Amino acid sequence: MRVPVPLAAEIALARAAGRLSRLAGAGGGTTVPGKLLWKLDPGAVDRLAARLPLGSALISATNGKTTTAAMAAEILGGRLRLAHNSSGANLVSGVASTLLDARGAELGLFEVDEAAFPEVTERLQPRAVCLGNLFRDQLDRYGELEYIAARWRAAVGALAGDAVLAVNGDDPQVGELAHARPDAVVFGVDDPACARPSLQHAADSKYCVRCGTPYEYAAAYVGHLGDYRCPACGHRRPALAVAARGIELHGLDAVTFRLETPVGAREVRLNVPGLYNVYNALAAAALAGLLGAALDEIASGLERFSAAFGRFERIAVGDRRVLMLLIKNPAGANEAVRTIVDGGAPSLAVVALNDAIADGRDVSWIWDVDFEPLIGGLARLVATGDRAAELALRFKYGGLEAEAIEVIPSLERALDRGLELTPAGGELVLLPTYTAMLALRKIVAARGFVRPYWERAA
Amino acid sequence: MKIVVGHLYPDYLNIYADRGNIAVLARRAAWRGHELDVRTVSVAEPVRPGEYDLLYVGGGQDREQALVAEDLAAKAEGVRAAVAAGAALLAVCGGYQLLGRSYRDFHGVDLPGIGLFPLETVAGETRMIGDVLLECELEPGVRRTLAGFENHAGRTRLDPGAEPLGRVVAGFGNDGESGWEGCRVGRAVGTYLHGPLLPRNPWFADWLLAQALAHRLGEPPELTPLGDDLEQQAHEVSARRAQTRGGRR
Ligand SMILES: [Zn+2]
Repeated sequence: MRVPVPLAAEIALARAAGRLSRLAGAGGGTTVPGKLLWKLDPGAVDRLAARLPLGSALISATNGKTTTAAMAAEILGGRLRLAHNSSGANLVSGVASTLLDARGAELGLFEVDEAAFPEVTERLQPRAVCLGNLFRDQLDRYGELEYIAARWRAAVGALAGDAVLAVNGDDPQVGELAHARPDAVVFGVDDPACARPSLQHAADSKYCVRCGTPYEYAAAYVGHLGDYRCPACGHRRPALAVAARGIELHGLDAVTFRLETPVGAREVRLNVPGLYNVYNALAAAALAGLLGAALDEIASGLERFSAAFGRFERIAVGDRRVLMLLIKNPAGANEAVRTIVDGGAPSLAVVALNDAIADGRDVSWIWDVDFEPLIGGLARLVATGDRAAELALRFKYGGLEAEAIEVIPSLERALDRGLELTPAGGELVLLPTYTAMLALRKIVAARGFVRPYWERAA
Repeated sequence: MKIVVGHLYPDYLNIYADRGNIAVLARRAAWRGHELDVRTVSVAEPVRPGEYDLLYVGGGQDREQALVAEDLAAKAEGVRAAVAAGAALLAVCGGYQLLGRSYRDFHGVDLPGIGLFPLETVAGETRMIGDVLLECELEPGVRRTLAGFENHAGRTRLDPGAEPLGRVVAGFGNDGESGWEGCRVGRAVGTYLHGPLLPRNPWFADWLLAQALAHRLGEPPELTPLGDDLEQQAHEVSARRAQTRGGRR
């Protein structure tokens, strides 16, 4: 029989475990205390969250949840003390760890793994939820897209009556969630001038969520996100309450757009590139608005935002720079590739493919990524990571000469080789999967060029 | 020589990077001076026997699979006649299931298959997910390995006497019990292995190309060997993965 332990004692024990793990150098110990607490007493997470005077807000999506949460934190953080899992530990244990660390926090702001979203929702009883998109991702771990979508529908259906919801109307599966909650805030992009000529190869939700007929797109923006309409039953993108119009992409430096909301419009300059970041900004703006932020606060918060951990980072390494963009699934990697090519196609890239659980053990997704625009400009590829050879094949069969490919499984040696091939003052493009990104940052940090993320997050 | 490929439902069945398999066939054909002419055969388009040297059917999620199942029934005769006349065929995962006799889903609903492969599939409660290694003997006395990844809820049972694609060395295979994986009928092969299958198993890509050419030439030709160092490395890593963390029977 379990002996009841007071919450305070559990918290103290779990925090001590976090300090020990950090001292032992085990990667920041960001989830160790939460895992321990969850083991001691799964209900402790619920009670910790219930102590937050302003409750919790959750953000979930296949792509962009870390960036969206970081943008929302930038908007809200000036006024409120936040409990925010900024290092991307987004399972129940990560949320628990963040709650343990956040003494005196007023509002919980959590990015949540899409598969963990139902459980976190049930435990935290959030007052606000923002749902961004569903793309195919790690089928070996998450199962099929439809399975996640069904669980999201159930979780949204079980939200408290006074909880508020923001959804991306440009994603058919996600936009449909607004149907059951007429007060939901729907956001999306409305600028056919920056639409793609056709759906990308790996577009997922191409078929009507109600009748299965292929959608017709008046505009497709990122993957299957866009202005869709079913020719058979008429199901279409819901009306947008928060929209981005007049979008201009400025290479790798910025993207500007007009943020239109029910309470007015603002011109916004985001200091991160790409149309996908406009979606992240819209999601953050819609959520912050629901949490009471004024339009000026939202616009200035978005303009202050620089980059979320590992998603798009420029790191000076000696007299060269590293430009690191995370790749983790076809839709996200397509945007990373497009962003890089739009900023001037590089002739050299280091691409890293690992197959740990957090990367997805099934590496077949790299064949669904449209690497071809990158391949067109490459004179040399350094393929690295545990599945370096498989990645090399993706580029070889994508049309890159075998002689232009170097396979160097060791991340550290591949990084050094990339830097050696980069002229002084130049920038090296690095596209790693999740665990490869963590390892590469650690290597660069060990050389004193970037602070470990657990220090930044603190 | 031109090799005509009929790619069935690429807009519905493409879940495990099936275009990787097509890219490998196209390049390896081109490096031998052949041209791969890939034609899409989607909903409401017939399979005309004789038109294709190779048919390809990929995998889909349950929803997409159900969307094409009905249409595939209308193509059944065309597919069976094409294979009977010597066309090669590769069907992966969902495509493999749909080309059997029947598929009973998790809710007990039967989807009729087209009966090309002598087998039946019944969905189980758990998915069989992981790296796989097979040993195959497509020609008597020539044993080679295939490395891939599987992710399926279906348990596929071959009819007595049916020829599997290979013996499971590591992983689950058709049903996690029998020790067999895939099915072969003449020049037609069905398998659960994706990854995709062909990049890291170049010998099998070449076997398929030779079978497709045999549809034209009568006999599978000898293909010029290619420099497959990268392919071999990828194969070895994948095979090792299966041996260390593939499913256990
Ligand atoms: Zn419809």
